[in-house]
Amino acid sequence: MPAEIYLNVAISGLLTGLVYGLMALGLSVIFGVVRVVNFAHGEMMTIAMYLAVVLFAQLGLDPLLMMLPIAALLFAVGYAMQMVIINPFISRPEHSQFMLMVAIAIIIVNSLLMIFGPDAQAVQTSYSFDSYAFGLVIVDATKLYAGLAAIFVAAALFAFFQYAPLGKAIRACADNYTGALVVGLDVKQLYALSFGLGAACVGAAGAIIVLLVDVTPPLGPAYTLLAFVIVITGGMGSMPGALLGGVLIGLTEAMAGLFFTPSAKSMFAFAILVLVLLFRPQGIMGKKPT
Amino acid sequence: MSVTRNASTALNRRRLLAGAAAVMTATAAPAIVRAQGGMLKVGVLLPRSGTQAGIGQDCFRGVELANPIFKSIGLPELEIMNADTETNVEVARSRAEKLIADGAQLLMGAFDSGQSSAIAQVAEQKGIPFVINIAAAPPITEQGYKFVFRNFPTAGMILGDAFTNQKEVFAASGVEPKSVVFLHVNDTFGTAMKNGVGAVMPKFNMPYTIKETISYDPTARDLSVEVSKAKATGADALLVVSRLNDAILLTRELVKQRWSPMGILSMGPGWYEDQYLKTLAKLGDGPLSFVPWYDPNKKLSKQLEGALAKKYPGVNMNTNHIYTFEALLVAADAHKRAKTTDPKALADAIRATNITENVSTGPGISFDEKGQNVKLKNAAIQNRGGKLVTVAPKGATNAKAEWPMTAYDKRR
Amino acid sequence: MIARMLHGVPRHTLALLAVVLAILVIAPVFANDYLLTVLIIILYFAYTGQAWNILMGFAGQLSLGHALYVGLGAYTTAALYVHFGIGPWLGMPVAVLISVACGATIGFLAFRFGVGGVYFAILTIAFSEFVRIGFDHFDWAGGSSGLFLPVANYSRNDVVNLRGQPVMFYYVILMMTAVAFAMCHALLRSRVGYYWQAIREDEQAARSLGINTFRYKMIAIIVSSGMTAPAGVFYAFYYNNLFPEQTFFILRSIEIILGPIIGGIGTLFGPVIGAFLLTGISEVLQELLANFGFDTPGAKRVFYGVCLLLVVMILPNGIWPPIARLLRLQRRETPEG
Repeated sequence: MPAEIYLNVAISGLLTGLVYGLMALGLSVIFGVVRVVNFAHGEMMTIAMYLAVVLFAQLGLDPLLMMLPIAALLFAVGYAMQMVIINPFISRPEHSQFMLMVAIAIIIVNSLLMIFGPDAQAVQTSYSFDSYAFGLVIVDATKLYAGLAAIFVAAALFAFFQYAPLGKAIRACADNYTGALVVGLDVKQLYALSFGLGAACVGAAGAIIVLLVDVTPPLGPAYTLLAFVIVITGGMGSMPGALLGGVLIGLTEAMAGLFFTPSAKSMFAFAILVLVLLFRPQGIMGKKPT
Repeated sequence: MSVTRNASTALNRRRLLAGAAAVMTATAAPAIVRAQGGMLKVGVLLPRSGTQAGIGQDCFRGVELANPIFKSIGLPELEIMNADTETNVEVARSRAEKLIADGAQLLMGAFDSGQSSAIAQVAEQKGIPFVINIAAAPPITEQGYKFVFRNFPTAGMILGDAFTNQKEVFAASGVEPKSVVFLHVNDTFGTAMKNGVGAVMPKFNMPYTIKETISYDPTARDLSVEVSKAKATGADALLVVSRLNDAILLTRELVKQRWSPMGILSMGPGWYEDQYLKTLAKLGDGPLSFVPWYDPNKKLSKQLEGALAKKYPGVNMNTNHIYTFEALLVAADAHKRAKTTDPKALADAIRATNITENVSTGPGISFDEKGQNVKLKNAAIQNRGGKLVTVAPKGATNAKAEWPMTAYDKRR
Repeated sequence: MIARMLHGVPRHTLALLAVVLAILVIAPVFANDYLLTVLIIILYFAYTGQAWNILMGFAGQLSLGHALYVGLGAYTTAALYVHFGIGPWLGMPVAVLISVACGATIGFLAFRFGVGGVYFAILTIAFSEFVRIGFDHFDWAGGSSGLFLPVANYSRNDVVNLRGQPVMFYYVILMMTAVAFAMCHALLRSRVGYYWQAIREDEQAARSLGINTFRYKMIAIIVSSGMTAPAGVFYAFYYNNLFPEQTFFILRSIEIILGPIIGGIGTLFGPVIGAFLLTGISEVLQELLANFGFDTPGAKRVFYGVCLLLVVMILPNGIWPPIARLLRLQRRETPEG
């Protein structure tokens, strides 16, 4: 096979991986701080994707521009969900949380089916078919923009958690719940904020990914699983880890598809997950549990 | 005197006989009425929700158009009982049971081979005829069922005709590809076609060889790797079996990765569907699809097409509508000939079906002893200007094929 | 042994059980085939729910990939039947063995390395998906085009090869569910059962008491996976076609756990009640919506999700415990029903 194929595929995998990473980042925030197993993560992204589709179809607004408003809307949704429905479940056993999120996921998926119908919806912008050629290397334009947008949002999030007082408070909450309470932080509020932030992340990811992927109502579960695989691989509670995990999985899948049968490429992501769980359960960049 | 007395006795006897007859008819009547009177109750099983919802709802359009057309051609109308299989084998089975329990005398469906198999078992058990509208997996009509009928080609039939039609197109244009790369979706239909290609292609002396076979996951959202691999083989043309979403994704990748094959030979759904044509506009022209289709020159085809255009303007008539309609056509025709709604008689009537005034390509609808319509012919259609034209087989065409395909970069 | 199993169970519980069993046994006389199909689905989920419950409810390990064992059981016996003509009952031990091997592998990898909670759950999903994709490429077992079992005619009921009328299948699954029920009951009251419950409540405390948690968790996953395999065998011979996409699909795993969670994890009656309720709600919703002309696809599932949500929020321990309390069906010593 010609050499540039490997480069093309690797770049493609990397860029896609960045977007996966952004989606997983949202989960990392939610699970890292609130400790809720959000099995409706992919479904929340699907909502964001449909929002982008509607805005584009009705008002002609480019999803990349709408990324921030959609993220804001998802923030509100996440915040409300946490305050109203999920909060009582924080202390409940995992399987209860899981069932709660599954029920929510079922409701979301089928409501979307009722509203939008089963056909795939796409956002086809003027640059949807563009690509940039650098010699023999061809880079998909939309993937490039998507990757850049993902980096931008992730950087903004890092900055928030690193420098903003609210961000630091949330991190404190995640690191030491009791300590946070002692210091007088309003934990319930912070939890809601965190869930909202995680939802905003996934909202931005959705707005971006709709340029690459057509949306159907049952799209969610596959992405939920992917998000979990990435977060565990990259490290629970580590944000750079989520991005790194995303890139790793994106690259692995792409290269595996190239070397082996593409239809089996998902197996590699699971194989990596199993290996990580067994030999480095805290993830690549996670902190070793004390 | 005696006459009067005889008359009254005779009257009495007659009245007695009449009374007896009346009683007998009264007790027998329910059975006869159930079997004879009224419209035929047809249970329609389609995936209206779940992953195949879009296709199921498209098939349903064929159902909606049926009765008015039947009325106009002198066939009895059908009483349709709807059920949603939810793209799930267990639900399909229990819905079939429910329909039968609710009085369905004939079943029709179910688009998917797995669900159709499940329904077939129930139908066979209960002695209720089951007419399959769309399902290509060969095993369904190899089980020795007596009540299951399929008016749809098997994967082998689709392939055989595909190769014949391809050669016809190549001959007409004078250009033939020396090599192809075979891309297929790794699901029931795709794999059946792949296996079929291996078995059937050697018999047809095709001018091309398959350089590489690449299979991809049906749920894949990103096909860039697959297209990269395909382009890297250096093959002349693309041979493909895919679904609608993959077709759109693949085309986008072809454009982005700047590969315009000599042509796209599709032996499955997707590349000719409305969503594909609408989404890709100019970039959607050119692919050839070798599929079960309709004969545009047949009278009933024109009638069905007209009815569809009136009810759903902008929707192109496709396999889903045609074969769903024809399945009901079989039911109505059998009902007319059997003059009863008794399932066993209906099954016998269906076995004797011989409809020449139909919609699909080929001599008409008839079934062999396995319940399969082996005379179906498959057509070659091409996307042109947002519409579909039939380019093969000869005698059932309405346009000439464009081969090779215009390169993508020349269209933007 | 039976006496020991029955010891301590309140008399009216036994009576209730007997009545329920009697109704189920004579049901085919009154039920039409459609109702039988529904009952078969209910009992199937009651059976798999009980098998899953052993791992989760008794030993406290959340498995979200139980469809793996169903699938392995189904494919093993189906492939043996299709390729070698080996009947389902003969193939079942092989199926159970393979299923147990898989479960033991997962268990060993997870428990040895201390993987628990949500991580364990994700691990089970990963294995299930891995095997699903694997079977998609496993052409000897049909690959993704599916494995079709040859279907003979239905005039006779052949129990040996599991070919026949729905009634036969009904009694088979009824028997399986009843045996599973008895087994779970026996397990709960055995030493293993008590250790499991100790581990579920507080693994650390259990270990400090000297219980070898690794060993008992392994036993739990082995029993659970082994018990799930026969459900797969039943599934294969009842539906007669298998597709990796459907058999190993993650939604199947979720279907399996819905019953026990709604009914009540860790309880004996939970999975059974849950199965009845869920399928019941599903069918009733179907009827209601059809009657109100709500033919919109998806509407039924939205209601289904809402019902699920309500149950999870209001009755976190499932529906069985409050019912059991109401009917005073519990023994006085332990709070398990």
